[in-house]
Amino acid sequence: MPEKSITLEVFRYLPEQSDEPKYQKYDVPYREDWVVLDALNYIKDHIDGSLSYRWSCRMGVCGSCGMMVNGEPRLTCAAFLRDFYPQPIRVEPLTNFPVIRDLIINLEDFLHKLKEVKAWLIPKQEKPVSEGEYLQSPKELATYKQFSMCINCMLCYAACPVYGLEPKFLGPAAIALGQRYNLDSRDGGKEERTDIIASSEGIWECTFIGECSRVCPKHVDPAAAIQRAKVQSTQEWWMSLLLPKGAK
Amino acid sequence: MARSNEPLFWAPFFAGAGFSALFMPAVMIITGVAVAAGWINATQLYQLILHPLTRLFLFLLISLSLFHAVHRIRFVLVDLGLKPFAGIISVLCYGSAIVGSILAAIFALTL
Repeated sequence: MPEKSITLEVFRYLPEQSDEPKYQKYDVPYREDWVVLDALNYIKDHIDGSLSYRWSCRMGVCGSCGMMVNGEPRLTCAAFLRDFYPQPIRVEPLTNFPVIRDLIINLEDFLHKLKEVKAWLIPKQEKPVSEGEYLQSPKELATYKQFSMCINCMLCYAACPVYGLEPKFLGPAAIALGQRYNLDSRDGGKEERTDIIASSEGIWECTFIGECSRVCPKHVDPAAAIQRAKVQSTQEWWMSLLLPKGAK
Repeated sequence: MARSNEPLFWAPFFAGAGFSALFMPAVMIITGVAVAAGWINATQLYQLILHPLTRLFLFLLISLSLFHAVHRIRFVLVDLGLKPFAGIISVLCYGSAIVGSILAAIFALTL
């Protein structure tokens, strides 16, 4: 019996050869336990070594193999061939990002936004190592844990129609990560982060379409993080308007 | 970066979402179906509407629903590509919600 195969239609963009991208078809062996990333690795190893794409852990942790699989932002390490077989699978780079080469997108904008939102812990009070850890109760951990599951895969940016229309929008993952630190009991950087999160290019660009939460492979629910930030920011705005200066 | 003044519009939008989702279907059934079907006596309902709390309720329901609706319309229009006219769209949208709210207040006070 001949071996089963499946066709991958892969987006190719080789700027040194042509300014126009094209789609190239590859027939790869079909295995039930293979994911799209396995098929791409097969192409790279056995058919066409010029194909370029990012990948690392193959287990949904590193967040580097995000691509459009049949028009849907997916981690290719978690998109099984069996869910598409025998239909061909179209693999493209994540939408809403500039393409550097083939399936590789330019991450600069996202990395800049992570920096802008200060997605790291800013301790309330720096203390010497000799004083020990910054302790936290399980309850305090639970308030932000969900948002800390983000793996920076950027599927939410590819899914977000607002980011597609307005690239200045801070975007789902950066806001969720900002919230992750804002809600951390050990953190004292909320004021600094709020300046960017509550700006017009922050949470207020979001129209709560919710695609970010639908495609998130780690169930971070960035849409919820944004809505919570909106409620919080609205409360603070009205309080500062209604309360006399200095009172809080 | 300056914090946005969007909460000024978002607060009534958010309140309108909850208020209209919770009460609008009930009000529509009471006034549109129950009275027409004769399940509720129209004169008795009118007496209830004259109560100051009901007047306040009707004002809030109409006004907040208007603010909710225009906020959505504003963003739909901007997302449809009318971003260059975002300013005038905001003025028209929130302006009509303010006019509608004034009319609702007059209606609630003069019933």
